[in-house]
Amino acid sequence: MLRLVFSFIAGGLFGGGLFISGMTDTSKVQGWLDVFGAWDPTLAFVMGGAMIPMAIAWLVARKRQSSVLGVPLPPAPSREIDRKLILGSVLFGIGWGLAGLCPGPSIAALSFGGSGLYVFVAAMLTGMVVAPFVRSRLDKAVPAE
Amino acid sequence: MEQDWIWGLIGGLLIGTGGAVYLLFNGRIMGASGIIGSLVDGSAGNLKWERLVFLAGVVLLPVLLMPVYREVDPHITDNTAVLVAAGLLVGLGTRLANGCTSGHGVCGMSRLSLRGFVATICYIFAGGVGVLIFRHLLGVI
Repeated sequence: MLRLVFSFIAGGLFGGGLFISGMTDTSKVQGWLDVFGAWDPTLAFVMGGAMIPMAIAWLVARKRQSSVLGVPLPPAPSREIDRKLILGSVLFGIGWGLAGLCPGPSIAALSFGGSGLYVFVAAMLTGMVVAPFVRSRLDKAVPAE
Repeated sequence: MEQDWIWGLIGGLLIGTGGAVYLLFNGRIMGASGIIGSLVDGSAGNLKWERLVFLAGVVLLPVLLMPVYREVDPHITDNTAVLVAAGLLVGLGTRLANGCTSGHGVCGMSRLSLRGFVATICYIFAGGVGVLIFRHLLGVI
């Protein structure tokens, strides 16, 4: 039960932060990516601001065996740079630039985004359903190194 | 307009605090694409409710803030083809890469994760090239 409470609090902070910061406004996201047009630096402040509490949380987590609610903490990050990471991030970036939306803000804007946002979210969910099949294809295409 | 960066910073601090709560209490990395994707591809398992409740919070807080807040036009394009293509690319790409702006960006880079930095460089670069091509060369966005 407490896990649900804290999950809701975390989601609320995330959604509220995305909204307040302007990241649910696609013109600010595309403005950040538009280096050759009217460049908008806001996203850098959002990313920088978000990394401050998060970095502190990682430092705290490093000294602990489990979370406050007794859940095991995530293992050390993988260092494997594979095709899925590169290809996936490039595909994501193109889509991000095209619409100015990434997964978090697309959900945060659900209440006010209108029909265009529903189209985007439906397509995004479809892409997410297809992804496991593409992933296993990529895994098969090149035998494990 | 000139205070946009302050709101960005305040919003960013809230986002990071959300990530800190999710890590230190729920023991999980706050990645939007993983949370959403695991619910639609069925891999969420017994974390299903925790993740649904998280998304409920994401949707609800903007609703609560809306009345006291400034202009909320998300400026979403009315070009359906662009929205479909962008959605498919974002959904597929983030699940292949196992993370997006929140998971690889905010949570990954703040723990100095190599994968987080590589992913973030790739999607910002691809996004920048995408905007250059589709806005300035082709004029479709």
